[in-house]
Amino acid sequence: MSDVVNAGFPLLTATAAVPALGAIATAAVPAAKRTAAKWLALFFSLVTLALAVAVGIRFNTGAEDRYQLTESHSWIADFGVRYELGVDGIGVALIGLTALLIPFIIVAGWHDADPQETGTATDSSVAAGRWRPTQGFFALILMVEAMVILSFEATDVFLFYILFEAMLIPMYFLIGGFGDRAHAGSDENAAAQRSYAAVKFLLYNLVGGLIMLAAVIGLYVVAGTFSLSEIASLRASGELEMATNTERLLFLGFFFAFAVKAPLWPLHTWLPNAMGEATAPVAVLITAVVDKVGTFAMLRFCLQLFPGASEWATPVILVLALISIVYGALLAVGQRDIKRLVAYASISHFGFIIMGIFAMTTQGQSGATLYMVNHGISTAALMLVAGFLISRRGSRLIADYGGAQKVAPVLAGTFLIGSLATLSLPGLAPFVSEFLVLVGTFTRYPVIGIIATFGIVLGALYSLVLYQRTMTGPVKLEVAKMPDLKLRELLVVGPLIVLLVFLGVYPKPVTDLVNPAVKDTLSDVYPGDKTPDPEPEVAAK
Amino acid sequence: MNPVNYLYLASLLFAIGATGVLIRRNAIVVFMCIELMLNACNLALVAFSRMHGNLDGQIIAFFTMVVAAAEVVVGLAIIVSLFRSRHSASVDDASLMKL
Amino acid sequence: MENLIALLVAAPLLGAVVLLCGGRRLDKAGHWLGTLLALGSFVVGVVLFLDMLGRDGEDRAMHQHLFSWIPVGGFQADVAFQLDQLSMTFVLLITGVGSLIHIYSIGYMEHDERRRRFFGYLNLFLAAMLILVIADNYLLLYVGWEGVGLASYLLIGFWQHKPSAATAAKKAFLVNRVGDMGLSIAIMLMFTTFGTFAFGDVLAATGAETSGAAAPVSEGKLTAIGLMLLLAACGKSAQVPLQSWLGDAMEGPTPVSALIHAATMVTAGVYLITRSGAIFNGAPDAQLAVVIVGAVTLLFGAIVGCAKDDIKKALAGSTMSQIGYMILAAGLGPIGYAFAIMHLVTHGFFKAGLFLGAGSVMHGMNDEVDMRKYGGLRKYMPVTFATFGLGYLAIIGFPGLSGFWSKDKIIEAAFAYDDGIRGWIFGGVALLGAGITAFYMTRVMLMTFFGEKRWQPTPDPHKDPSAEPAADGHGGEMPHPHESPKSMTIPMIVLAFGSVFAGGLFSLNESFVKWLEPVTAFEHPHPVISVPAITGATMVVLVIGVAIAWFMYGKRPVPVTAPRGSLLTRAARRDLLQDDFNHVVLVRGGEHLTRSLVYVDHTLVDGVVNGTAASFGGLSGRLRKLQNGYARSYAVSMLGGTAVLVAATLLMRAV
Repeated sequence: MSDVVNAGFPLLTATAAVPALGAIATAAVPAAKRTAAKWLALFFSLVTLALAVAVGIRFNTGAEDRYQLTESHSWIADFGVRYELGVDGIGVALIGLTALLIPFIIVAGWHDADPQETGTATDSSVAAGRWRPTQGFFALILMVEAMVILSFEATDVFLFYILFEAMLIPMYFLIGGFGDRAHAGSDENAAAQRSYAAVKFLLYNLVGGLIMLAAVIGLYVVAGTFSLSEIASLRASGELEMATNTERLLFLGFFFAFAVKAPLWPLHTWLPNAMGEATAPVAVLITAVVDKVGTFAMLRFCLQLFPGASEWATPVILVLALISIVYGALLAVGQRDIKRLVAYASISHFGFIIMGIFAMTTQGQSGATLYMVNHGISTAALMLVAGFLISRRGSRLIADYGGAQKVAPVLAGTFLIGSLATLSLPGLAPFVSEFLVLVGTFTRYPVIGIIATFGIVLGALYSLVLYQRTMTGPVKLEVAKMPDLKLRELLVVGPLIVLLVFLGVYPKPVTDLVNPAVKDTLSDVYPGDKTPDPEPEVAAK
Repeated sequence: MNPVNYLYLASLLFAIGATGVLIRRNAIVVFMCIELMLNACNLALVAFSRMHGNLDGQIIAFFTMVVAAAEVVVGLAIIVSLFRSRHSASVDDASLMKL
Repeated sequence: MENLIALLVAAPLLGAVVLLCGGRRLDKAGHWLGTLLALGSFVVGVVLFLDMLGRDGEDRAMHQHLFSWIPVGGFQADVAFQLDQLSMTFVLLITGVGSLIHIYSIGYMEHDERRRRFFGYLNLFLAAMLILVIADNYLLLYVGWEGVGLASYLLIGFWQHKPSAATAAKKAFLVNRVGDMGLSIAIMLMFTTFGTFAFGDVLAATGAETSGAAAPVSEGKLTAIGLMLLLAACGKSAQVPLQSWLGDAMEGPTPVSALIHAATMVTAGVYLITRSGAIFNGAPDAQLAVVIVGAVTLLFGAIVGCAKDDIKKALAGSTMSQIGYMILAAGLGPIGYAFAIMHLVTHGFFKAGLFLGAGSVMHGMNDEVDMRKYGGLRKYMPVTFATFGLGYLAIIGFPGLSGFWSKDKIIEAAFAYDDGIRGWIFGGVALLGAGITAFYMTRVMLMTFFGEKRWQPTPDPHKDPSAEPAADGHGGEMPHPHESPKSMTIPMIVLAFGSVFAGGLFSLNESFVKWLEPVTAFEHPHPVISVPAITGATMVVLVIGVAIAWFMYGKRPVPVTAPRGSLLTRAARRDLLQDDFNHVVLVRGGEHLTRSLVYVDHTLVDGVVNGTAASFGGLSGRLRKLQNGYARSYAVSMLGGTAVLVAATLLMRAV
């Protein structure tokens, strides 16, 4: 690794380029060699993971520079658009999360798009080489990975915008093209539901994106550049003059797009559809990876570009986040479909993340960043096990299960740990982040903090109700034949659970990575000597 | 003679052509009316050329004639094949291009 | 020596991980491994205890810092342990009783195919409970706090093929979560008030307030923190209004009820309040609330215990009531802390013994739990009868036995609440509770071991594990009561010894109070009436309680089917209607709320979006009619459009 990681090597570009190349290579594999395509995709995702680790190693948490490993090239000179990359601690953490989850997603979806396994193959179509769903599936996943990673690295607003929009295209095909086989209705009905979900996903995000485009152009008109670092230096030298109203409008334009993607109540309804209809690995890709771009962008773009407006909007956003938390949890309780339940639980969790970001305290924002990582891992664990469960019984309805614990104890055990992570049990990773978010919010907004605490009761409610109805009780006839987890599935869930425990007991590596970046972000919002930490009444000794 | 009169004539011819296009159903007649409109334009162009004292209008008129000739070739071919398949030269019978 | 502290937790934690991840290979040896590690933890505890005894009272506290857990800005949470006299007491109780119950479970769970898993959960519980009592800050305590909740969830629902067990487990976890909410809010309040939540710093800061030095913390803040801690304690210790889960928790295997739902976990609330004594000392209002909760629960549990026919549920009511005593004592401040803990320890002995005895009876009676179907068992199970009997004498406060020493002190302290009416009220409630305790425990004793045999045939649960035990009494075989194996009787005998002698030992020279004094502080209570008078009154109510029970259940035969009973009896059988209230208000209300929200989400939130989409669809549906396919109509629109354009251009020129 050492000769690769010398100075001048464009590590960040490489981290995004490898999965992109992988996508092309996977797509080019001939139709008959499906297995080769799978291994190829896995190989490229592992190389990406190695590069992400290299990024983590080369990133210096103690350095003065806010963005490190920077790269800058002119791209569209006429508009001052540059290909500018750089990462801060938050970016590194999320790149790590993305690179980490993709191999698991690929292994979990090993058979999901295989015409032989899904039983949708007609021999002639495969033989003729016209139809290559396996290759397409894995290529699209790698494509998404490349775009998501690059968007975590982009420090040029325009570059980020392009990626933010472009990742919708592969996602659209992943949702619409590779649906969940376990569907209650007929095949045509399933296809209709699927394309409805895919179109809904696309339209929601496109509308958000278009509003953001207007704001991006507006920003260029005001600032004359797309570069974050240039805007920062303009702001520091006092040359950036932005009228209060202009700043607020531009902020809203950006925030709207991110709130759709995150998703924040009331812009959330695309998520349950998309997650319900997509296969479990793709659902994980949506909620654990792609949606994180939204919350990440709130931290990087909303707060950095429009600090004043961010503070102005804080009360409303906090209330919306609070509604998301309680509303998502309550709706999760009322769901009859396992995957939709997880989707609503995610909406509740995104409420926590957004609340942490806009609480504007060190604990809140560090907690929110940590939450993004932990939510990614915990949702992946829960959703993938749920996917394994669903693939065994062929139904997404909670009522179709019961007593699975007796038949498949390992599956039930992993499902329980996933549920416990979702309800933020201390000792597992999500607890640390959720508590930090709550403390961070409470120190500045006690009432909101206290109401949000109800979320932990509701979280326990939906998680345990799900577990009780699917895993306990008398064994249902159809469940009785279910096999326990296979080796491949165990290889997916096992490491995720180990990570959940590790980050729950020892989150310090991530907090150390994130803390300096959060401090920088907060000093954007509160320039000068205003400390973001409210002084306690009694100073600690 | 006052060149403006040619413009009046051109307008009249154009109006006749347009009316023909709108009210006649026979594709051949519609086609001929379109030619009439084109030629009305040519006449106007030449008249303007004369009025303004340069050759731009006349050059454009030549272009128009070339285009019109090409159009006749394609248009007549379409009409013939339409007539072959439908045994009718009525434009209203060819109304499949709709949503 | 400090480095041994982590070993206390590490041993059972290792056991839990190995047993739960080890798979079927460990089925044969798993229970031995689990028991061995629990015993190992106990040995470490004893070694640390002896080391502690060798030092002076003031510097007995030990501290071990492991690593920084969550460092974010001013928020610094560490994984660090603190072992002082209070924690030590708990460590010995938990590991000691825990080890005994491990041994007991070897016999009790012998026929269960998932015994390895059971021991894994038990070890997990021990680890979590130990973290709870030796944590040096509130956040780490919270980890143990929820950890025991998880272990309790897993163990209550251990027989999860029974829907009732799964439901009870979920209910216990949820009700506990409501309490946990209180604890997390308390920690947040501490962080904003003190900037820290380590025991040492928080308590020192509040202590400074009461002595008038340093920066003062407002009483309102302390009261808020105190009330939130009380909410937490209510959840974990099954105090009113969060008590409803404990009765249902009896769905778990009996050793679990003995260990978790009698001896250790449910007393965590008492630990929390005693540990946070400095905060409560500075907040009299919060203390009053604690005392009221304790007094109400004391009566509540006792009344429920009187009406239950299920032996475990009767004992559960008793547990609730006894913890009410402890909470009441803890709310009294320095005059009560030491007695609360003392009662906690003696209660740990006799209540664990009683539960194990109940388990032994069930073991011999084909898992029948209805006391009306027992009777006359003393001849068939002599050891169980003797140990259960000693536990019974201890709990009702028979002079000289453990319960007498600890409960009597609490009643005295309650009379000393203040000089006025409150002292009389709380003292009176505590006294009345003692009488009711004597009544319901005598009832349990008489119905189980005395009188005629009222045995009913029951379906054999071992043959068909999915069948409901004691379904209707038809068919099945008659029970053949027999004494339990040695692995079960020996723990019962050890606990019986504790029930008899622990209280006296602790009261010798006030040794227990002096032992705890450096941690909890101690003041002698000054009751409104003289101490001998209180002792005398206690004896009188005790005799009355026993006598009434003997007249009702000893002299007269016990009917096999329960009589209708008075209004109060019927209400008490239903846990004084608390569950019905919960069901109507929370469960039904919640169901309606979620259902209507699902509807709202679908029709309103999604409806707005879908409506927008549909209206665009409708609009384009109209517009497409313009596209009619007639070339001539297109020509008209082109001509019209051109005409409009030309006209517009001319008009613009003219203007």
